[in-house]
Amino acid sequence: MSVTLQACAPVARAAQPLPCPSEWTFELIDAYHDAIARTARSFGLDTYANQLEIITAEQMMDAYASVGMPVNYKHWSFGKQFIATERSYRRGQMGLAYEIVINSDPCISYLMDENTLPMQALVIAHAAYGHNSFFKGNYLFRMWTDASSIIDYLVYARTYIAECEEKHGIEAVEQMLDSCHALMDQGVDRYRRPQRLSLAQEKARRSEREIYLQQQVNDLWRTLPRRTDRRADAGRARFPEEPQENILYFIEKHAPLLEPWQREVVRIVRKVAQYFYPQRQTQVMNEGWATFWHYTLLNSMYDEGLLTDGFMLEFLQSHTSVVAQPAGGRLNPYALGFAMMRDIRRICESPTDEDRLWFPDIAGSDWRTTLDYAMRNFKDESFIGQFLSPELMRRFRLFALRDDQAQPDLEVSAIHDEAGYRQLRESLARQYDINHREPNIQVWSVDTRGDRSLTLRHLQQWGRPLNQDADEVLRHVARLWGFRVVLESVDGTGRELKRREASPVRD
Amino acid sequence: MLQQIIDRRLSGKNKSIGNRERFLKRYREQIRAAVRRAVGERSIRDVDRGETVTVPRKDLSEPTFRHGPGGVREHVIPGNREYARGDRIKRPQGGAGVAGGGNASPDGQGEDDFAFTLSREEFMHYFFEDLALPNLIRTQLAETPEFKFRRAGFTGDGTPNNIHVLRSMRGALGRRIALGSEHRRKLTDLRAALAEARRRPEPQAGDIAALEAEMDRLARRLRAIPYLDPIDLRYRNRVRVPQPISKAVMFCLMDVSGSMDEARKDIAKRFFILLYLFLTRHYERTEVVFIRHHTQADEVDEHDFFHATESGGTVVSSALILMQDIIRERYAAGDWNIYGAQASDGDNWGQDSAKCRELLDTSLLPLVRYFAYVQVAEGQQSLWEEYARVATENPNFAMRMIAGASDIYPVFRDLFRREAAA
Repeated sequence: MSVTLQACAPVARAAQPLPCPSEWTFELIDAYHDAIARTARSFGLDTYANQLEIITAEQMMDAYASVGMPVNYKHWSFGKQFIATERSYRRGQMGLAYEIVINSDPCISYLMDENTLPMQALVIAHAAYGHNSFFKGNYLFRMWTDASSIIDYLVYARTYIAECEEKHGIEAVEQMLDSCHALMDQGVDRYRRPQRLSLAQEKARRSEREIYLQQQVNDLWRTLPRRTDRRADAGRARFPEEPQENILYFIEKHAPLLEPWQREVVRIVRKVAQYFYPQRQTQVMNEGWATFWHYTLLNSMYDEGLLTDGFMLEFLQSHTSVVAQPAGGRLNPYALGFAMMRDIRRICESPTDEDRLWFPDIAGSDWRTTLDYAMRNFKDESFIGQFLSPELMRRFRLFALRDDQAQPDLEVSAIHDEAGYRQLRESLARQYDINHREPNIQVWSVDTRGDRSLTLRHLQQWGRPLNQDADEVLRHVARLWGFRVVLESVDGTGRELKRREASPVRD
Repeated sequence: MLQQIIDRRLSGKNKSIGNRERFLKRYREQIRAAVRRAVGERSIRDVDRGETVTVPRKDLSEPTFRHGPGGVREHVIPGNREYARGDRIKRPQGGAGVAGGGNASPDGQGEDDFAFTLSREEFMHYFFEDLALPNLIRTQLAETPEFKFRRAGFTGDGTPNNIHVLRSMRGALGRRIALGSEHRRKLTDLRAALAEARRRPEPQAGDIAALEAEMDRLARRLRAIPYLDPIDLRYRNRVRVPQPISKAVMFCLMDVSGSMDEARKDIAKRFFILLYLFLTRHYERTEVVFIRHHTQADEVDEHDFFHATESGGTVVSSALILMQDIIRERYAAGDWNIYGAQASDGDNWGQDSAKCRELLDTSLLPLVRYFAYVQVAEGQQSLWEEYARVATENPNFAMRMIAGASDIYPVFRDLFRREAAA
């Protein structure tokens, strides 16, 4: 019952194929891009405008070093990254990525000038149409990132940081950035956009706080007896009223001693972290989607007779190495994502009885609509939770391994059989859940009336403690906060398991 | 949909240079230590290049909150061939993680050290920093010498303006002869055969036609050999050579008696390196002669010079005499700019110091452009006093008592100033 590919798979392959020397030229890239764009349109891919940039290997390493962005502020850690990349590249330990694509409007894709023409075409299909449409469509990117302004913002950040270095010294700025970088993962809003918190609400909160503070200076209260109870009350009405997940945001707004420029630096790091947050949550989907589309687009172009056999051989060779999944290793996100996208299409086009049982909603539906829906409304965790099919688990021969430090051995907790499908799917979804992967640390309270110390609370999940870096990160928090900082690790019942403390070094 | 294709290849690389500077600055101490070590190990003719620096990886880490070992983890892994639910597997040794989890560092390099290469410029920067060289001198020493182009034979590759017509045509002629000789020989044979066929009493029209056709074919083949082919072209070759100024010889004189320990020798080595660098920047060719001495002097190679230790007394004049002899034998003063650098701890045999002064005054200093002396130990003994007298009378003699690397430069201050002005 397949509809689409048959329609555009002609019996006799059409016209003249596009020329395919291995060296690319601008005219050829243009021609290939036109053909790919036409094919993408026929599949209904909605993208930002494309900007293709040809760069050298060295420029590619530059881009690597500044976390893939065309501009970024200066920091030693990017220098370290560059040196590491350069070294392993020169030693031949790693190839550079064929492309880097930036979630911006227009969407910038870097093509390396060393690539052959088929590789350039692959990159265009993969990045300029695959990733690009994902950036434009996926709800996380729509909600958290503003593609049209990111480049401008980074230019602003770069200039601002440079100005700060001039005014306050490179070292002071570097210290700020070091501390902020340490908290980058705790510098994102996971559940809501801060901007959406309206000014009115913010004001209301502040006036509530002011009223409360006013009560504290009321003499009547002070003369009341039963002092201990009052203290308990004061403890309950604590600040912040609710725990805060975004530590950097909290520091930016509330750290007592930071100067305005320092707050702005915190803000810049926080904004950049927020920009990358969706990417960290959609790796499987994003790569799967892009890989699915380069595969689908180029195959469809081949069926039309636009591509030569030689082109297809080279393309398939790179494609195969991208989606290779070695057994027993870590799951390759490209392989998993690509297989899942293909699998959804299969479920739509030729569902088995099992598929009808597991996916009654999508079995037999139009695959393009279904894939589009999946791309728009999910992130890795929910995507896997929703769409990983038993068929695929069998094909990958997935099994779950449980590592309980209290036990002497590892335990195979589920395998690809009837009893294990749901548990496997849940477990794999959890593996891609960023909230499970990273420790849950929140701003718990500030001793506003005492020594101004800040208490962070780490809610320990699955009995996993923090790593050794925690003490050093805490020192960074103390530097930003300016007063003593406490980090409590508690278990689910609120019992304190470990307590760490750090105080800022005064100079 | 396509907005544009932009060629960024020419728009500058090294965008990361600011980041690299910040990185180097942050690890300045480690880098300086590495440079110091490298200077100690290298030959003094070999200072002028980059160096690999290693920083322990733990010093480079950027800390973040992560889960440490302990607690419960579950991993989903592909490729199950043997396990059923409930199977137990031995925990892999070395680390809490199972396949892929755990402690692997993000770039997969493990916990080993982080090594990177300093460029030549960066290396020299740190080297000079230790020596407390003024900036003007640093640029003077660090600058690459001027080059000029010199003809060096012919090559098969070049720009049209360098085509050498005669060579190219000669090559083409040779190629035409070589490629055509087979055909020409056959042609000659055929011509003979044709004449033979015609001379026969009853000429066979068919044979003659066949022979003529074959001759035609060969003639065509011969004509098809190109008159001038790209491989015939020869270009005048030019190579860049350092701008020659003239040549210099540098005499390193060092006291190797027992009291010269490693630290003193190290300072002395930097002293020699600095002079050597200065000379290589100013002269096309710089030779170095190493003379070590205790009670008698020897000419040695660099390794023995810095590493062999002798014991016993000291007679400084022995080295000066040997230097004088070598100059007379190998470096006639007219051709060579002669520089002397002497390092010692100041000990000398009592009566010898006066002899040293006399040697320098009368025979050595008139021959050399510059002579620098450093004493790498405290205390003014007879040698110091005698040399001080030499210094007052001779402008091309400098001396200094030094305790650390940063004291070395002032010895050369006059020398550098003079050359900079010249």
